[in-house]
Amino acid sequence: MEHIIAVTVENKFGVLSRVAGLFSGRGFNIESLSVAPTLDPSMSQMIIVTSGDDRIIEQIVKQLNKLIDVIKVVDLNESEFVSRETALIKVHTKAEDRAEALRIADIFRANIIDSTPATYTIEVTGDPKKIEAIINLLQPLGIKELTRTGRVAVAREPIRASVVQPKKVARE
Amino acid sequence: MKLNGSEIFIESLKREGVKTIFALPGGVVLKIFDMLHQQKDLEVILTRHEQGAGHMAEGYAKATGKAGVALVTSGPGMTNVITALADAYMDSVPLVCFSGQVPTSLIGNDAFQEADNIGLSRPCTKYNFLVKDVNDLAMTIKEAFYIATTGRPGPVLVDIPKDVSMAQAEFVYPNSVSIRSYNPTYEGNKWQIKQAAEAIMKAKKPILYVGGGAVFSGAAQELLELAELTQIPVDMTLMGLGIFPGEHPLSMGMLGMHGTYQANMAMHYSDLVIAIGARFDDRVTGKVAEFCPHAKIIHVDIDPTSIRKNIHVDIPIVGDCKTVLRELNQILRASVNGEQKELRKPWWDQIHEWQRNHPLTYQQDADGPIKPQHVVKRLYELTKDRDPIVSTDVGQHQMWAAQYFKLAKPNRWLTSGGLGTMGFGFPAAMGAQAAYRDRLVLCIAGDGSIQMNMQEMATAVVSKLPVKIIVLNNRFHGMVRQWQDLFYEGRYASSDLENTPDFVRLAEAYGAVGLRASKVGDLDGVLKEAIAVDKPVIVDVPTYRFENCYPMIPAGGCNHEMILEDPPELKKKQKQAGVGKVTPEDKDTVLTA
Repeated sequence: MEHIIAVTVENKFGVLSRVAGLFSGRGFNIESLSVAPTLDPSMSQMIIVTSGDDRIIEQIVKQLNKLIDVIKVVDLNESEFVSRETALIKVHTKAEDRAEALRIADIFRANIIDSTPATYTIEVTGDPKKIEAIINLLQPLGIKELTRTGRVAVAREPIRASVVQPKKVARE
Repeated sequence: MKLNGSEIFIESLKREGVKTIFALPGGVVLKIFDMLHQQKDLEVILTRHEQGAGHMAEGYAKATGKAGVALVTSGPGMTNVITALADAYMDSVPLVCFSGQVPTSLIGNDAFQEADNIGLSRPCTKYNFLVKDVNDLAMTIKEAFYIATTGRPGPVLVDIPKDVSMAQAEFVYPNSVSIRSYNPTYEGNKWQIKQAAEAIMKAKKPILYVGGGAVFSGAAQELLELAELTQIPVDMTLMGLGIFPGEHPLSMGMLGMHGTYQANMAMHYSDLVIAIGARFDDRVTGKVAEFCPHAKIIHVDIDPTSIRKNIHVDIPIVGDCKTVLRELNQILRASVNGEQKELRKPWWDQIHEWQRNHPLTYQQDADGPIKPQHVVKRLYELTKDRDPIVSTDVGQHQMWAAQYFKLAKPNRWLTSGGLGTMGFGFPAAMGAQAAYRDRLVLCIAGDGSIQMNMQEMATAVVSKLPVKIIVLNNRFHGMVRQWQDLFYEGRYASSDLENTPDFVRLAEAYGAVGLRASKVGDLDGVLKEAIAVDKPVIVDVPTYRFENCYPMIPAGGCNHEMILEDPPELKKKQKQAGVGKVTPEDKDTVLTA
């Protein structure tokens, strides 16, 4: 089963290779990986999409925790989460296709971020299924280049009763 | 006070209580060696190969429980020490290895003797550092020792570029270290420990399964108390030997592929396995699907990744073995009464029957070729009063040593378990001898593996490390030959060494002492003579070439299905081939002695 794991690490050189080396050395999968600094510039956040049965995921989480530079590991699948991916798609557009390309972009709420007489570059964000769908639709026009970010994800904030109810203090 | 990087290195090691380092110089570490040469607090043992330096540091660490220290140069110095780092990583040996690196300005330029030390060592160290600024050097060394010796111990590499070893910085050695992302758990979960105690009280057929983690934790006293209090038999892993007295009536000896009959049977039929600092290695579990089919499993380990890695665990306890056992004993002391003994009587009857029916055995004829088991047994009996430290290489001799050398105390057993590194034993013994100059240090070796780090004999002679090497010489890679006999229809592909060097003359060539026992009758005398010499000694013992090590669980086999002796077809084949008699070549060896 697919799992999304959020890993907070020290923001120093060599950390990415330690994490990547752990996955390759122990035969775990990485389906996608994204890394960027957090609000605290001394730390980075990695979002790793991986897959495996419960025993393998348990090992991945434990092994990540064991790495000296790893500060925190959260298996996002343990609760609700939202995830997004962005793709930049450069499509060939002959004169007769340009309107079609715009229509497709419109349907997916994608943006045209660069345009030449013969190409559009389309930016689209969504879950992987949405990205797959727009790629499928654009394919007949001719995709010149495609780049995807890999997924980022964050846990949904639980809606607690205390947040919804007005504070008692305020009433008094 | 301003010091240069090399002086900072030395001062930092002194602050860490280091007395001895194992080292081999080279271009980029010359400044460090120059400074080492001008001081007297650290002893430098110059090895003949960097692998030797690494294993010596391991032997030092295993015998003392403190971090061993090695110092090597860049490039080939680093690549040579990799085997020792990988060995230490597998067996959780605290090691701090310093490697030289080309000047920072040249890193990445394919400079002379440059290697990516950090990249090379990453998969076989617990952590590694490249020091780019001399101002970070002291803190880095402090962190390196801290990481190597805390939690689950392991090797740490510190890569020091040449310019860093020469640049000046203010020297302040930090008093403490705190790494926000590294906080090992020492205290076990109290509720889990209570669960474990309850399970122990109820168990009818419990077994303790104790590994190297208990040795590094220093849990011998606590383990003895637990076992005696609850009257539970103790199985030890290869790495755990010595943590429980081998001659104690509760000791089952070693378990696993070449473990004793009772140790493996007790494991298989138990209803409660209490694993302490052991990691359910494949050499212990055999076929995972049929491992301990009736047992509930308690697993105490400081490393959470060891728990549920191979085997499902019912009561996991993450923590330091000593700390957890102390707490467990406290609960058990209050609750243990006579009932458990009654409850477990049938279990002990069964164990005693296993012990009676299938003890470790070999047959030594008075005028026949010397049996390797007999050598280990006699060595044990002749030296046990001197509380020796025993190292081994890897192979048949290692298993016989594990079976017949019944150590009474921990930190006396130096062996390469996880990685199975031939060539480990001799340098490891030297490392232990460097730590304890007055102790008797024995190295039980095979003729194949001793040749893998033979060059260190020069170090032993020069540095006056009077290690006693006993070579069980069958002119085979014996364990390979055994597998070929059992599983490859006796085709000895590259396992027959045909000829080995004359170890007696080889020892003498190095300036050490060489002795040989060619007949059973000579054995005791020669061993006694070797022990009495205050110099490194090689005792060459030509042994029966075709002896196999039993019991044996074939790889992937089940723990209760042990092979106990040569199968009939093998016996028949050997008889036809005339194997078993002393062959003419054997006679030659004996006569030229």
